[in-house]
Amino acid sequence: MSGLDKRVGSYAEALDGLQDGMTVLAGGFGLCGIPENLIAEIRRRGVRDLTVVSNNCGVDGFGLGVLLEDRQIRKMIASYVGENALFEQQLLSGELEVELTPQGTLAEKLRAGGAGIPAFFTATGYGTPVAEGKEAREINGRHYILEPAITGDFAIVKGWKADHFGNVVYRHTAQNFNPVVATAGRITVVEVEEIVEPGELDPTQIHTPGIYVDRLICGSFEKRIEKRTLRA
Amino acid sequence: MALTREQMAQRVARELQDGFYVNLGIGIPTLVANYVPEGMQVMLQSENGLLGMGAFPTEDEVDADMINAGKQTVTAIKGAAIFDSSQSFAMIRGGHVDLTVLGAFEVDVHGNIASWMIPGKLVKGMGGAMDLVAGADNIIVTMTHASKDGESKLLERCSLPLTGSGCIRKVLTDLAYLEIENNAFVLRERAPGVSVEEIVAKTAGKLIVPEHVPEMQF
Repeated sequence: MSGLDKRVGSYAEALDGLQDGMTVLAGGFGLCGIPENLIAEIRRRGVRDLTVVSNNCGVDGFGLGVLLEDRQIRKMIASYVGENALFEQQLLSGELEVELTPQGTLAEKLRAGGAGIPAFFTATGYGTPVAEGKEAREINGRHYILEPAITGDFAIVKGWKADHFGNVVYRHTAQNFNPVVATAGRITVVEVEEIVEPGELDPTQIHTPGIYVDRLICGSFEKRIEKRTLRA
Repeated sequence: MALTREQMAQRVARELQDGFYVNLGIGIPTLVANYVPEGMQVMLQSENGLLGMGAFPTEDEVDADMINAGKQTVTAIKGAAIFDSSQSFAMIRGGHVDLTVLGAFEVDVHGNIASWMIPGKLVKGMGGAMDLVAGADNIIVTMTHASKDGESKLLERCSLPLTGSGCIRKVLTDLAYLEIENNAFVLRERAPGVSVEEIVAKTAGKLIVPEHVPEMQF
């Protein structure tokens, strides 16, 4: 690493400093746009008692699901358990602490965290179990609850292309949570399919400006499809 | 006869209007896309970050980076827009989506909806459903009128943890189309060949039956 060149030489270097008990924010929706190699590196390092913030927790045997298998996650903040049997089982048994969070609230918590906003009011979740223990307020005749922002020790992000400065573009719906996650990490690590020379990306089309990115690495991706659905 | 899943989707599609932005949930709501009336333009929003969702792909078009909120492979129409999750939910929470269609386990006469967990048994998570019901004015819930054991899902008070409170005003079941007004269900239409008596018997919450309840036509 030198100056504004964010490239690092290895996945070990990309996650240097990750320790037990830290909070990791992860981009992706289902298995789409997940930082697969960074997740594999977390597994390899064997760090434990992690708090992981991600819309989903992968599937059994892939994505963040592998960290559940190794009991590396102490607490999960997510909106959807879905068809991940191990996630549901660890949740119901109480082995894993889970804070189920509405998807839009989760995205906004990350956005707020990255933008220096400590908390915000939202109508989402009012009158539901999500509101328990939270401040409620009536504003202009509607009920809202106060939701705190989220930041993390590490943010792990999957992009499509990036230049040396860490300007990132995402491909199709693999964008999802990645741009907001990228803003909310104390150390933001981005893995991409291709690193290009500065100037090759159109400045008007950048999704994540390089100021948010600390470390950048190029990887190869399996891109497993969760539900292959074809036109009849 | 109770409505088929396809007929339910067809009935919901009659609520579409030209120029609508619409979010369709997983299951029966997804099928509504097949019944957009000819000549009408609607734009489908998928909350993972896609406005202008198209048909499912052919084998050649399958792309792991192109999915819908149900995690199915999908295509984008010409003129679609793709964005991040906070932008997607700003559309939803800011009230910019014209119609939301989603499923549920239970609804009640107070407009409450429960759709995301059965304590001790099933935890799927709320996904985007809590944002959708809190952010939209125009919501249609699609569900079967009663469980397989004959237990009504249209209740005086939801028994399961809520997804949203006081936000539902329209419900389409396999037996009837109902609106929620003044803490009661109002029977607006019945499925072809389904009697008012059957609907009354299968509705646990307070039900108002107008003098004339037309049969749906297909």
